[in-house]
Amino acid sequence: MNLFEHIGRYFVMLKSVFARPEKWKDFSKRFFSEVNEIVIKSIPLVAFLSFFMGAVISLQTAANMSSPLLPDYTIGYITRQSTILEFSPTIISLIIAGKVGSNIASEIGTMRVTEQIDALEIMGVNSIGYLMLPKILATSIFFPFVIVISMVLSIVGGWVAGVQSGLYSTQVYVLGLRAFWATDQYYLYYALLKTIIFAFLITSIASYYGYYTKGGALEVGRSSTKAVVASSVAILLANYVLTQLILG
Amino acid sequence: MIEVKNLSKSFGDTQILFDVSSKFEAGRVNLIIGASGQGKSVLTKCIVGLHEPDEGSVIYDGRDFSAMGRKDRIEVRKEIGMLFQGSALFDSMTVEENVSFPLKLFTKMSKEEIRDRANFCLKRVNIIDKNELLPAETSGGMQKRIAIARAIAMNPKYLFCDEPNSGLDPKTSILIDNLIKEITYEYNMTTIVITHDMNSVMEIGDHIIFINQGRNWWEGDNNEILRTENKEVVDFVYASSFMKNLRDKMINN
Repeated sequence: MNLFEHIGRYFVMLKSVFARPEKWKDFSKRFFSEVNEIVIKSIPLVAFLSFFMGAVISLQTAANMSSPLLPDYTIGYITRQSTILEFSPTIISLIIAGKVGSNIASEIGTMRVTEQIDALEIMGVNSIGYLMLPKILATSIFFPFVIVISMVLSIVGGWVAGVQSGLYSTQVYVLGLRAFWATDQYYLYYALLKTIIFAFLITSIASYYGYYTKGGALEVGRSSTKAVVASSVAILLANYVLTQLILG
Repeated sequence: MIEVKNLSKSFGDTQILFDVSSKFEAGRVNLIIGASGQGKSVLTKCIVGLHEPDEGSVIYDGRDFSAMGRKDRIEVRKEIGMLFQGSALFDSMTVEENVSFPLKLFTKMSKEEIRDRANFCLKRVNIIDKNELLPAETSGGMQKRIAIARAIAMNPKYLFCDEPNSGLDPKTSILIDNLIKEITYEYNMTTIVITHDMNSVMEIGDHIIFINQGRNWWEGDNNEILRTENKEVVDFVYASSFMKNLRDKMINN
């Protein structure tokens, strides 16, 4: 299959994803189970990465601030802006694409090769909607909260690293964090909007590769790899398009 | 009754099924036999709608399944139970959850009624006190029986079994065969079984179709298959010298 056939089949699949669930009670149970599996279980990894990346951003910024014309609070300002604009929404999404994307593709792919999806279809269940909708909604709705946690921890990481190493004081760092906030709040909404779109891309693309797996265990592994690559590429392309549209 | 009329199916340039027609009556165990790669599974998947036939039609008790839209097909599928070759139990669910799954989705039964029905179906296949186990914690034969319990949970009119004996020891195979036979007669179901197992052919084959080179090569019952002179059928069913000798003895007697 060529790229255009994949894209066409992906959009045809999306039409079935948003069909009415067979039973709302069962759907809500699976929805919250996916929130736990995909979102809550990602928080420890996101927290760890965010804290240390924030620390590194602030230390690197401080190390490159040799000009006496630049005030020290610039370090806090750059840490905040880097975190909100790019690091938390995009880099964390790429890492989540690796963790969650491979998990979803291999889970659905295994169900395909062991005929569990055929069993759902035979029972009269819309297997695409049944398997994918709870995952897509769970990530699209709750992933922005994870990204907010990431932003906070990244900024805390920058503060701990700088203050602990004596590069700047808490007051200077906080002054940088608050600088131009009245006009820059807009970036936060831009970042959260990006996050929702990235979350949708990660889960839907991973589900797509899992669902259309053919063969056995080897192909499940291949689908998982393809899902991570394709969702990473889609995140980067969407990031460029959204930035051009919103900030360009 | 399920009627298959002039069914043909290709994948790319390879034609798998050629103009296959047959009738599968209710209250009988209908077997589809044939060597590997001859189109048995494709035929069954066309009948249940997992593959779309290129030509021909499938009629479920007068309803043309091939001409139906998705919504109508879903209604017919609720009357179908299927036992897959690898059981296809949902591995994240317990034994009881697997059996009660279609009941939860498609009926308005209360929790207690669903539990009772699941327990009844599990008892029917001789699975007792295993409700809380995961499928991976049960044996292959047990998984097949749980899959049968799930397939009959909704009281289906049509039961499909894809190689129900594959990977099972002879004793468990007989158990599964007897179970399929009993359920078919008890509920007057239209049962279609794909099998390679010659013991099943002799034991439960009320109606047998032999698929060869994608065609309905031969049709009959388990008495007729003993006496047939059709070369391909004889070569397939009596491939071993043991079976050949057995056939000669039975015919001579």
